[in-house]
Amino acid sequence: MASLGVAVLLVALASAFFNAQVLEHDHYKLQSQENRLRAIPLPAPRGIIYDRAGNIIAENLPGYSVSLLPPSADSLRAALKQLGTVITLTPDQIEQAVRRYRRDPNRPTVIISDASIDVISVLEEHRINFPRLIIQSIPKRFYPDGPAVASFVGYTGEITDADLNTPQFDGYKPGQLIGKGGLEKEYEKELRGTEGVRYDEVDARGRLVRQAGERMDLSPEPAQPLYTNIDLDLQRFTASIFGDSLQGALVALDPQTGGVLALYSAPSYDVNRFTGGIPADYWKQLLTDDRRPLVNKAIQGRYPPGSTFKLATAVTGLEGGIVSLDSHMPEPCTGGFQYGSRYFHCWKKEGHGDIDLSQAIEKSCDVYFYQLGLKIGLSRLIAGGVSLQLRDKTGIDLPEEKRALWPYAVDYYNKTYGARGWSNAVVLNLAIGQGEDAQTVVNMAKFYAALATDGRAPTPFVARHAPVKEQVFKLTPEQMDGLRKALAGVVQAGGTAASAQIQGVVLAGKTGTAQTGKFVNGVEQNHAWFVGFAPADHPKIVVAVMIEFGGHGGRAAHVASSVISHYLKVVPVSSQLQTEG
Amino acid sequence: MLRNTVVDWPLAIIALALSAFGVAMVYSAGQTDIPTFVAGLYKSQAIWLLIGIGCAWAIGNSSVRMIEWATWPAYILSIGLLALTLVIGSGGGSMAAHEKSWIAIGGHRLGQPSELAKITVTLMLAKVLAERREGPKSLLDLWKPAIVVGIPWVLIMLQPDLGSGLAFIGIFFGMLFWSGVPWPLLLLLASPVVSLVLSFSTGLWGAWFLILIALVLWYKPYLIEGIVLMVLNVATGVVAPLLWEKLKPYQQNRLKVFLDPSADPRASGYHVIQSKIAIGSGGLWGNGFTLGTQKRSGFLPEQHTDFIFSVVGEELGFIGVAVALALFLALFLRITKIAARANDSFGGLAAFGLMSCWLIHVLINVGMTLNLMPITGIPLPFFSYGGSFMLASWLGVGILLRISGEGRGHAGALLS
Repeated sequence: MASLGVAVLLVALASAFFNAQVLEHDHYKLQSQENRLRAIPLPAPRGIIYDRAGNIIAENLPGYSVSLLPPSADSLRAALKQLGTVITLTPDQIEQAVRRYRRDPNRPTVIISDASIDVISVLEEHRINFPRLIIQSIPKRFYPDGPAVASFVGYTGEITDADLNTPQFDGYKPGQLIGKGGLEKEYEKELRGTEGVRYDEVDARGRLVRQAGERMDLSPEPAQPLYTNIDLDLQRFTASIFGDSLQGALVALDPQTGGVLALYSAPSYDVNRFTGGIPADYWKQLLTDDRRPLVNKAIQGRYPPGSTFKLATAVTGLEGGIVSLDSHMPEPCTGGFQYGSRYFHCWKKEGHGDIDLSQAIEKSCDVYFYQLGLKIGLSRLIAGGVSLQLRDKTGIDLPEEKRALWPYAVDYYNKTYGARGWSNAVVLNLAIGQGEDAQTVVNMAKFYAALATDGRAPTPFVARHAPVKEQVFKLTPEQMDGLRKALAGVVQAGGTAASAQIQGVVLAGKTGTAQTGKFVNGVEQNHAWFVGFAPADHPKIVVAVMIEFGGHGGRAAHVASSVISHYLKVVPVSSQLQTEG
Repeated sequence: MLRNTVVDWPLAIIALALSAFGVAMVYSAGQTDIPTFVAGLYKSQAIWLLIGIGCAWAIGNSSVRMIEWATWPAYILSIGLLALTLVIGSGGGSMAAHEKSWIAIGGHRLGQPSELAKITVTLMLAKVLAERREGPKSLLDLWKPAIVVGIPWVLIMLQPDLGSGLAFIGIFFGMLFWSGVPWPLLLLLASPVVSLVLSFSTGLWGAWFLILIALVLWYKPYLIEGIVLMVLNVATGVVAPLLWEKLKPYQQNRLKVFLDPSADPRASGYHVIQSKIAIGSGGLWGNGFTLGTQKRSGFLPEQHTDFIFSVVGEELGFIGVAVALALFLALFLRITKIAARANDSFGGLAAFGLMSCWLIHVLINVGMTLNLMPITGIPLPFFSYGGSFMLASWLGVGILLRISGEGRGHAGALLS
């Protein structure tokens, strides 16, 4: 009986081993591999970004990252302290490393994501003292044109804790780089590539023993390149025109396709300094700069469009059959217009006399548009702006675009000011691009692209994309031609932007001056606009320029005509630009 | 002196095979990627094995009467050493690192007295139980054997060495069983411990109490015994939670981890999880001798002492495990046969006591590597590294050889 009992006990024990070793073998085998093998991620090179001619906008250079494989947070701190005796580590870097570790203890904790060759050589020298150290060659993002392309290309940076918690970044790991703005962010999925992995064998204390067999490795897969519509040469030229002195934004579109030829916000910043963590002092400097370099003025800045908006008023009037291009208003321009108890000035004190719509556009006559606005009526004027997409986003393929501001209906005024808090005089302001109207530069470019072609507004695309166009103007081809001719007149002798003429090319466009209420030495510092296209008969480029505190619209016209003539490889008539700039 | 007995070769060969297997595993345990002190330990283990074989040969050439005569002084010596350990003892190098279980002089550890005590207490129990003509029939009859085991048990639990304490209880019950104590009495004897364990669940404890009442009514012990039993069961049921509070945190952890190893995977549960992974990853054939990756990378804790069987599992697979367990089974069956054919009840009881001692070691140690038993820091006979343990095991083999040699029918007949 005793023998039987002993036998039963030992056979029971053996059967437990049979279960673990034979029946559940696969499960434990996997666990033992997970135990011993540390997956060292191999970051994939991000997709190269090219301009329309195949020039490189963003590429990858070899860089180095330093990581540790710590068994615990405490030992990580100890290892960092020890590392600190060899290389310089800021308290910030240390805290960041501990945070990364807590987020994913099984992944190598990145200590320095972009280490200099000096740091690497020092570490390699002391390698023997740091058995858990991993020095990796990693692709590092580089933008050869730095500040010139910052406005649309964006930059890359480490994924934040907040990002990791969103479903959008499902599958991302701490320490990974993601696109933080511009194209890098918009096309993150396309530009990301597929991370590879190398399995290194570690012992129970996390010390590297050896690299596991090649079989276990998975090479990173670089992403496909991203081809864009950008004309890098034009982009560089634009950046050079703005230089350090001008602030504002420029958007150049191909009116036929909506392709973004150039997009620039001034002042810019050196996007290459953002790679591998933005230096705190540089970030602070950018944040505190009152010229607001971190605001993308091309897609986020909203400015009263001033006279450039008169075309919208004209289109609404034409669409409603209220006027034609040769219609005259009841009162000729005598330098101002009496409406109720208020007197509304024209920008030209001497007045424009009795003119038709074409001439009013050419000369930018305020009095004509006051009366046109009254004729259209507030309700129809607002509805016209809405249908012309002047309170929309353009849908450009860049993140954080802001919507243009424009009333949704008359009700807007009742809601905002109370039913009796406003008068019909608001229609006069709206008609000339003042008042409750603030447009982004890119939205004005889109509107003028519709004007430059057949009335179809193209969605601007930085990346190469099949054109998306929507018919927004309901005008006859003759009316479109008339508007274009009037706009061409603006840049002829006698127009408001006559000094922006280009030799051999008919440039069509409209200046605008937007009051800011900001005075320096008693002179109001107005925003200057110019939106135009060329050649007027068959437009190849639409340019919207906005110069902050740039005075009169003529100044913006210079910038636009320089950019257009550079693009069309022709010479501006006037060389005034250089002297003014 | 009876020099002309026949050597029990099956017993000797099984013990030698287990020991050779064990030394080989100690050697393998030292083969790690980053070498540690364990690398050289197989040499001293082999030396202790040789010393042990020498002692076994010497005892094998003595006589059972001489062994019985030496029992009293050896028992007194063991108790003295256990008491001394409490005063000057130091922690060991195994799972029992928190405990005072070693005798050391000038920082030089001489051995664990509890290993010697396991042998001497077995012999002493055999002597006391053999004095009776018939087996104990009531709990009161058990006071003498209870004292024989109780004194060293208390001293060992004071170290505290839970593993050795369990081994003593195993010896005690095994030998009572062999001496003919009826099983309901054994159950009644064990009932306070069952109460202790079940006290954490009021419902389970209540059910157990009903079973106990039924058992008492059926077996009808003396009234006083019945009352004492009931009082003890109630007391342990109530006292257990208080006792729990008194346990050291690491002891509490071990018990908790036994119940749920994943509760604390980095600390106490780590050992069990790593051991299970090592064993499970060994598969049917194992990773090959010395080639266990869990062991090589240092994931396996105490791979040369308490978790040496995990190395067997990882490197030699289920085949190796089966061979080792088969050898142990052969050993136990052989000893049971020796006990059955012993010349007198002292020899039979002593043999069965040694078997019980090793059986409980094997069950707990091997069971622990798969989380079937709590981690108690109990070594595996003939396998775990440790000089005094190897020596004590072979003292036991020597005693068994002698008992077998003097047994009814010469040893050669046992071969059949």
